[in-house]
Order: sequence, then C-alpha cells, then structure tokens
Amino acid sequence: MNILVCVKQVPDTTEIKINYETNTLIREGVPSIVNPFDAYALEIAVRLKEKHGGAVTVLCMGPDQAKAALKECLSVGADNAYLLSDRVFGGSDTLATSYILSSAIKSLGEFDLILCGKQAIDGDTAQVGPEIAEHLGLPQVTYVLDADLSDDKLLVKKETETGYEMIETKTPAVLTVVKTAFEPRMATVKAKIAANRKPISVITSQDIEIDLTRAGLKGSPTKVKKTFTPPMKGDSLVIKEDTAEASVRKLVSILDEKSII
Amino acid sequence: MGYVLNEESRDVVQLARDFVEKEVAPVCAEYDKNGEFPMDLYQKAFDLGFQALEIPEEYGGSGLDYYTVCAVYEEFARVDAGFCTGVAATGLALKPVLMFGNDEQKNYFAEYICGGKGNGFAAFALTEPDAGSDAGAGKTVAEKVGDEYILNGRKCFITNAGPAQIYVVFAITDKSKGARGYSAFIVERDREGVSVGKEEDKMGIRLSNTADLVLDNVHVPADHLLGKEGKGYAYAMATLDLARPIIGAMSAGIIQRCIDECVAYAKQRVTFGKPIIKHQVNQFKIADMEIKAEVTRSAVINCFNQYYAGKPYGKEAAIAKCYGGDSAVECALEAIQILGGYGYSREYPVEKLLRDAKIMQIYEGTNEIQRMVIAGYVCR
Repeated sequence: MNILVCVKQVPDTTEIKINYETNTLIREGVPSIVNPFDAYALEIAVRLKEKHGGAVTVLCMGPDQAKAALKECLSVGADNAYLLSDRVFGGSDTLATSYILSSAIKSLGEFDLILCGKQAIDGDTAQVGPEIAEHLGLPQVTYVLDADLSDDKLLVKKETETGYEMIETKTPAVLTVVKTAFEPRMATVKAKIAANRKPISVITSQDIEIDLTRAGLKGSPTKVKKTFTPPMKGDSLVIKEDTAEASVRKLVSILDEKSII
Repeated sequence: MGYVLNEESRDVVQLARDFVEKEVAPVCAEYDKNGEFPMDLYQKAFDLGFQALEIPEEYGGSGLDYYTVCAVYEEFARVDAGFCTGVAATGLALKPVLMFGNDEQKNYFAEYICGGKGNGFAAFALTEPDAGSDAGAGKTVAEKVGDEYILNGRKCFITNAGPAQIYVVFAITDKSKGARGYSAFIVERDREGVSVGKEEDKMGIRLSNTADLVLDNVHVPADHLLGKEGKGYAYAMATLDLARPIIGAMSAGIIQRCIDECVAYAKQRVTFGKPIIKHQVNQFKIADMEIKAEVTRSAVINCFNQYYAGKPYGKEAAIAKCYGGDSAVECALEAIQILGGYGYSREYPVEKLLRDAKIMQIYEGTNEIQRMVIAGYVCR
C-alpha cells in the first residue's frame, strides 16, 4: 500500500498565543510537536504498511522548523518526508491549505490511502482533511478509529456517538483519524539516529501545479474578525451518586434549594 | 546540562527522557516498595535499544559515544537509579568484550544483548565474598583441560546475575601469580553448572537485581577466553576505569532529581508568610546542589575527553565517580532536610534518593578505593 499521511506541527501547549493584529497563531518560542491526531493517523499507516507492505509518505505544510515534526515521523515508521514550504502559502485558511496540500499530493504520485488527523489541536477546525478529499474527488470517512485492507477494499472503523460503525470503501480514499485505542509507538534509538540521516525534501510553489490565486492570505475566503478566549464558565458541580435514582434526587433537591424549580 | 551533543545524540537523549518519564516514573515507587524485578520495563527499554547504545553499529548496536551514553544514563538515573543500574550493568559486562575480545567474541556477545540470542541482559562477575575492594584475592578458578576450561567458584553482589543470559567471569588460571594469574571468560547462563544463588534485599536501587553467581564444574570452550591468559585482572581494572565515569553520570542524575524536587517543593511550601524558596538558606542549599551537579558532569566529560584523546584517564575516572557519588549522598541528605518531615516520609520521593545514592559511594570500587587510585597518581 502506498500511503500518504498529512501532518501538522503544532505548539505543545493548550495555551495558544495569538497575534491580535493578524489574528494568526504565534508559533515562535513555543515548543512544537506533531499534532497528536496526526500521530495516530501515522500509526495506523505504519501498521498497515507492516501488514500489507508498501511505503508511508508524510507531508507537512509549514515553515522550515516544521522539519522537526517530519523527522519525528521518520523515526516512527514513515519512509519519505516532504515539507511544503513557500512564503506565498503563508496566511492560508483551511480552504487554501487543503487546496495547496491536494495540489502537492497530486504531484507526489499515486496513493492508495491518504490519512489525516481529524483536526489540529491549535486551530481545531477539522476542515482540512475533508476538504482534501473534496479537492481530490475521493471518498472520505471521518472520525476513524482503525482501518484495514481486505481484498482491495478498505474496512474502516468509524467512531460514532453511541459506539462505532464499520464502513467499507474503495481505494483511494481519505480518512480522518481520532484518538485510537492504541498509542503511537515510541521511536527506537536506531530509528532516531536513522531519521537524522534521512533527507527531507522541500517542495515550493514552483515544484507543483497550482493556482496561486487560491493560496495564501489573499486566496483565503475566511476572514477572522476577532480572536478571543471564551470566558471561563462559573463553578460546576458533578453529581455522581451510587445509582441514577439517587443522582436525580440530589439534583432535584439542589435545584429546589436554589429555587430554580 | 553540560553535555554538548550533536542533533542525533540530543534526539536520543530526549527519547531516553520521554521513555523514562512515560514508562518508569509512574511505577518505580511501587517496585521500590515491593522489591519485584520489573522485567517488562527492562524489555521495553531493550526493545528501543537502550542496552546497546555503545555497541558499534557493525555488531548491531547504535555506536554512540560515551558522552551520549552518559547523558542518557543521567536521564534514567534522574527517574530511577536502580533501573539505570540494571541497564548500565549490561554495558559493564560488554566493555571488556569490546576492549579485549576478538571479532567472533564481540559478535557472539552482542547477539545476546541486541540480537537473536539472550534477552538483553549481561553481567560482569568479578567480586567474591572475600574479594571486593581487594579484587585480587578471589578464589574462583579456571583449570585448562584439553580445549576447555573448567570453572569453579562463587561470585557475589553481581548486578543482573539473575536475569542475564551471558556473563563475563573472572577466574584464576595460575594461583602462583596472584593478580597476574587472573583470566576473563565468556560464560553462558545455560551451561551446566551455572546457577544463580542468593538475591540481595537491598536498601536502594531496588529495581535492579543483585545476586550470587555460582559456578560448579562449568565447562567452557577455550575460545571463550577473552584476550590472553593472565591478563584478566588488568582487563577488569581497565573495564572499571571506563565504567566509573558512568557512575558519575548516574550520580549527576540523582543530584538533578534532588534539585528538581527541592525547587518544586520549595516554591509551594510557605513558612513565615513566604514560599521557602525565598529563604536564602534554601537558595544556598539548592545552589550548592547545582554546583555539584555541574561539577560532576564536568568531571565525567573531562574523563572522556582524556579517553578520546588517547590519554590516561584512570585518575579522571576515579574523580568523576568519587566526587559524583559523595555529592549525590550529600545532596540527597540536603533534599530531605529541605522537605523536612515530608522528606523523611515515604510518600515523597526524596528518601528514596538517599537510599539510591548511597550505593554510588560503594559499587564499582568504593570511594576509599577511588581515593587510593587518585593518590596513587598524585603521590608517586
């Protein structure tokens, strides 16, 4: 299987800093990691490769420092790594980003499967994966817990609110991955060293077929008017008695006490 | 920290930190209490290759230099010095093979550590009940019969004796020559007559295994002799010279943990209206710990600078080990003092640091022996 995984480098913190003039994230001086959902996607990809053969390619759009995220991916089973980096890509919203990524994917070759994390933990939009599928005209399954190949068909376990669904789809397809039941593997010492010696190719707008009016800040229809941290909600109370009945009784008595009911 | 490493090595050290924080830190207090051997933790570390850091790449290891190895061991010891001891003891057994073994022997031994044979553990068997600091007073013998040696004797305080599947055993091949009558042998666990005796119930480093190794008419082929007959004592001393700075690195890990625990505690503990970290007496104690951590690291680095420059490093090794071990104990005592009653309680991790630190002054040559070595260089 030839698998491509899109990864994003994100700040390793829930305390996101924002530039209020441009309404974009400040990444300088913040330790960075591979977006955790992308790490789960990569783990699924590497497991598929180990079972069915093939290769795993990772693609990341970002500044030069995002090579660190790609190196991390190379140390846990990715075979090839590409950094998609160009000043003209800067300021792209999710639509422009997904367009740029899909243009790069087309130029990189044929893939049986494209995996993305369901969302990045910095922007939290969950839009880029599904948009890539649309740009490429491929079937997509979101909220994926696991996937396997069976007679050229893809069997996908999709998380739902009540449990999971098993979905069959043809390849190529795009899957967006949630937190899986298994943890992404740790790199071995040898793999860490080997990842340092593997090349990371940089792709610019010159290397791919792309309509630049659809890229960057100017190619992004999303206009961010204001960015703010939602105010903290007031004190909350969790009622968890031994039985549901006892919980309800307690809830009713509290509501009654406060003259709400 | 003091190690100046390239990106490759920094990545390995970061991996070591991630590994022990994720896998060892949550469970080491429990293993320390119940004294069980955490085989699965070691296997996880070995699956990642932490037992084979210094084995050259051509024998299946990672071929890392000792600066990197020491930085990794510091990370391990910062979380648990016992766990670090178990990993480092394999490295101790490996050193005489890498220094004095032939190609076949290196390949054979490496197979047990990072290849298809064995389980990643190895052990260095020198000490005997009546031959500790006076290592030349051993009674274990190896008699040459045809193309075999027959080994008889009892080794004690052998780290990894229990789990190891392969040993380097020092035995006397010529009683008339004293220390010059020693030879070193590779001995596999599954040879007839090899057994593991009493396991020590230790004060500290309780995630490591320390036991007797019993050799009862053990036949080993002549090609299991390392280097030359009669050179065993010299090989053992050369091994310990190279291993001593590693005890220094582990000591630096314990000191760093003392600093980390004290700073975290002193920031939140309030007395007389302010956090105790604002009291100068505590700042001075913590500053002294920092001095000891950095000087220990510098001593370790200095030793390997000599080693890689091809210069004698026995004195520098003894300094790194001795200063590091003494400092670890001093810092652990001060850490307990800063935490007060909580420091004395087993609910907090610092009393364990003292129990773990104490061995740094004892094993791989007591600190009295280190001072003898240093004086030997200075006072001749």
